[in-house]
Amino acid sequence: MADDLRELYQEVILDHGKRPRNFRHPADANREAHGNNPLCGDRLVVFLKVDDKGVIQDAAFEGRGCAISTASASMMTEMLKGKTAEQAHRLFDAFHRMCTTDSHGDVPADLADDLEKLQVLSGVRQFPMRVKCATLAWHTMNAAMAGQVETSTE
Amino acid sequence: MNMTVATNLRQTADRRNDPFDVERIRADFPILGKEIYGKKLVYLDNGASAQKPRAVIDAMREVMEGEYANIHRGVHYLSQRLTDRYEQARATIAKFMNAGSPDEVVITRNATESINLVAASWGRKFLAAGDEIVVSEMEHHANIVPWQMLRDEKGVVIKVVPIDDAGNFLLDAYERLLGPKTRLVAVTHASNVLGTITPAKEIVRLAHARGIPVLLDGSQAIVHGGVDVRDLDVDFYAFTGHKLYGPTAIGVLYGKAALLAKMPPYQGGGDMIADVTFEKTTYREPPARFEAGTPPIVEAIGLAAAIDYVQSIGMDRIAAHEQDLLRYATARLGEIEGLRIFGTAREKCAILSFAMEGVHAHDVGTIIDRAGVAVRAGHHCAQPLMERLGVPATARASFAMYNTRAEVDALVAALGTVQEIFG
Repeated sequence: MADDLRELYQEVILDHGKRPRNFRHPADANREAHGNNPLCGDRLVVFLKVDDKGVIQDAAFEGRGCAISTASASMMTEMLKGKTAEQAHRLFDAFHRMCTTDSHGDVPADLADDLEKLQVLSGVRQFPMRVKCATLAWHTMNAAMAGQVETSTE
Repeated sequence: MNMTVATNLRQTADRRNDPFDVERIRADFPILGKEIYGKKLVYLDNGASAQKPRAVIDAMREVMEGEYANIHRGVHYLSQRLTDRYEQARATIAKFMNAGSPDEVVITRNATESINLVAASWGRKFLAAGDEIVVSEMEHHANIVPWQMLRDEKGVVIKVVPIDDAGNFLLDAYERLLGPKTRLVAVTHASNVLGTITPAKEIVRLAHARGIPVLLDGSQAIVHGGVDVRDLDVDFYAFTGHKLYGPTAIGVLYGKAALLAKMPPYQGGGDMIADVTFEKTTYREPPARFEAGTPPIVEAIGLAAAIDYVQSIGMDRIAAHEQDLLRYATARLGEIEGLRIFGTAREKCAILSFAMEGVHAHDVGTIIDRAGVAVRAGHHCAQPLMERLGVPATARASFAMYNTRAEVDALVAALGTVQEIFG
């Protein structure tokens, strides 16, 4: 089997893909956005509960997609809890760079642990058609934070 | 100057009496020798677009190298000569479909444009609020969206013929949908996802019994067995060139002469007019009326070369070879645990959609691509059908005349890697 396939489909990804965390619709969510990849028909909804201070208290998602998009959404929801809007935004930026370029730029100290975990998804760089799968949930989260209800990777 | 034009002397050797020799056919397609990630290319995405034989590539190159000019307007040698060749291409297409006359063949950009032409011209003129258009559950978006645009504009109503779980077109249900308000039936001749070949002759007969015209989307069907539009007695037939081993950016709309004659222009511009003043413009007769602007000249000649090529091998023999591959692939994939095949209709063309338990089609597509196997993974521009099947996406292997049983084996081996990864 090709090495880049092994790198793309690491155990962590397969595990999150099969058993996504926070795969639910929280009744008290106050932010929500729908993500859609028109190319492949994948759809998901990201739910967030953001408190008065702008801190994310809960993050969850529902929908259907490939192993990469499901794993990425699952890992994202695990990381968002306790983050401020500003941190979530920076995490999105850094993750996006990781998926699309070889240079990661400066890793912000407060996000270093999260970005290290997200390294497992960076294998998509070798599969340009799949970058959108890895970033769909993140674009959707960004839209939810910005108060949009729909987003698309197109 | 005495110009000899090589292309006109080109004759595609007639092989219909030779045994069907897939290796010889493969040798006609330069791309099939290519390697992908160091693996021999196994191209099973023919339903999306077929590869091109050298006959098509050469015909197009020779036109551009030695015969090119614009058509229908120059008095000079090259323009006149290429005008003749363009019209010859139309005649080749007409004969291939068994149209009554080349004037019934409108050259478009693709099947999508052909269907949009009918919606925008015939539909706008003859349809009103409350009129019904009947489509099927397994239409490509190209045969859904143009009618929805007409619905939004005119208030026409879209009725949908259901399929059964195997993917058969349900004729009884279809007949029940035909009512006093039905003005058009627009259905596929073969499903791009399920491979189902619809009972086109019966569909047309039942519609005509009620005075309703029928449009067939033949993009897939024409590749796997050809079409005889007069035998079907169909009113409109749309197909695209690139799935029939021809170039991109050329499609065809066949329309019965009597229908085309009543239709207003679709786009305005050069070539489609009889006379223009700022006060009034009169239009040419069909098909020129529907071909505004410089048409895909080189592509039309390329499509005619593709038609010559497939006919030199024989549409029946191509279909028989593809059916053999379909049977073999259905059996081999059927042995894979957790693999589900979508589309087991009684009559099928060589298209095999499938899903693997617990694995998204995209992951299947990515993994087998690394073994050099190209399939389509996704919703195949048929999202309502995906909804009906209850899956977000499928993987689809679609076979062409140059595919082999060994390539089916390569697909099966690659699917083994999918199982290995997803365990």
